[in-house]
Amino acid sequence: MSLKNWNELTMGGVNLEPGSSLKNFTASYRSGQKPVFNPDNCINCFFCWVFCPESAIIVDREKITGINYDYCKGCGICENECPVKKNPKPILMVEEIVEL
Amino acid sequence: MPSTIVLNGNAAAAEAVKQVKPDVVTVYPMASGAEMMGHIASFAADGLIDSEIINMESGHSAMSGCIGASAAGGRVFTFAASQSLAAMHETLFIASSLRLPIVAAIVNGALAAPANMIADHADSMAERDCCWIQIFSENPQEIYDNIIQAYKIAEHMDVRIPIMVAADGFISSHSMENVIIEEVGEVAEFVGKFTPFQSLLDSDNPKTIGSRDMSQYYFEYKVNQLQGIENSRKVIKEVGKEFGNRFGRYYGFFEPYKLENAEYALVLMGSSTGTAKELIDELRAGGEKVGLLKLRIFRPFPSAELREALAGLTAVAVLERVLTPGSAGGPLFNEIRSALYDVEKRPSIFPYVYGLGGRDIRMEHFREIVKEMKAGQEEVVETGVEVKYVNLREAND
Repeated sequence: MSLKNWNELTMGGVNLEPGSSLKNFTASYRSGQKPVFNPDNCINCFFCWVFCPESAIIVDREKITGINYDYCKGCGICENECPVKKNPKPILMVEEIVEL
Repeated sequence: MPSTIVLNGNAAAAEAVKQVKPDVVTVYPMASGAEMMGHIASFAADGLIDSEIINMESGHSAMSGCIGASAAGGRVFTFAASQSLAAMHETLFIASSLRLPIVAAIVNGALAAPANMIADHADSMAERDCCWIQIFSENPQEIYDNIIQAYKIAEHMDVRIPIMVAADGFISSHSMENVIIEEVGEVAEFVGKFTPFQSLLDSDNPKTIGSRDMSQYYFEYKVNQLQGIENSRKVIKEVGKEFGNRFGRYYGFFEPYKLENAEYALVLMGSSTGTAKELIDELRAGGEKVGLLKLRIFRPFPSAELREALAGLTAVAVLERVLTPGSAGGPLFNEIRSALYDVEKRPSIFPYVYGLGGRDIRMEHFREIVKEMKAGQEEVVETGVEVKYVNLREAND
């Protein structure tokens, strides 16, 4: 996304474009860890989906299917809320190396 | 026909508000201006204006209410004095950053401790960098005139920057004088109809106001915002002239008083100017070449115009009603000194602090200042950073 110059901004920085946050992948500041989804032991309780602060849990036909890494900030709440005790857990935080 | 009524500053401000008819007035009363808001609330209760009057629990809330109402597309008004202006501090930055044309009357008062609230510019000067236009008034007539002009300036599409119209607490706000109140229709026509811009209630054009900008954009945003206050220089001048053409009272960045061919000048703002003018009259009658400059617009600071007005003088005494601890002189002194740095023949500039917490400044004090300025010019030419206190009790060793 190209950045605007100071003399190209709207008055008061008002954003006149509805839905423009879709262009801004907020996961760019995720660092350290990311959740990895494994469907094998998932019971589709939707706890992760309810608690995710970024609505980054992907649901398809009433089933959890994955994680939207464009918006996931790597907070780990999904892993923490997941009630499944069986291994491997459906959601696990793994180390992520971000290349700059 | 305009009518001449005896009013104090608070009542004069309320008359202006009555004629400008804001959609929303947020109210948090502080002693020095509570009366102003009382008048406005009565006007609304009596059906003279249909403004929404909202009672708030602090200055912070009063300004927050104005920000919301203004962003929603309304013309708004509020008032603050000393502590309540200080309480507004963080919200003032938001108002100007969102380019909301809010007008606030400020009844200048000292900041605690000790609790005081009487005439003192500490409250206004603490807000000098929040990107508001700051207009200082000398008397009730100017308060009335300035509030009317403020709406026209703030709502100008090249400006859209909020304005504080300040007056000295318990002096201009409470002393009664003849005030010319113009006809409602004339004032309404002068100010014009308010056209909201980028209003939140315009649901056909959804928008986001006040979103977050990180280091990628904050700098650009703030520099963009400067356009409003810089453009206001031209608009303030135009509106002052237009006001004069219509109502007969002309306004500019400052009022020079007997400054032609003067060698010495006093520079100050607010209510004390009246007393100083008396002294200038007296000195001029005695053949002394002394004049006065009453600054009206402190933000944006009219450096170029002041340079032109003061450049040829031998010495200038800058009188401020604010203490600036840990600084070589107050904001007015520093701005003026800085404005005159580049002129070829610089006048000596002497900083004075007077009238803190409503302390009187009288003819004899101004006379003493002129005397000191004349003597100081001969003894020390290029100093003037040692601040002198007017009418301060001090034990001699």
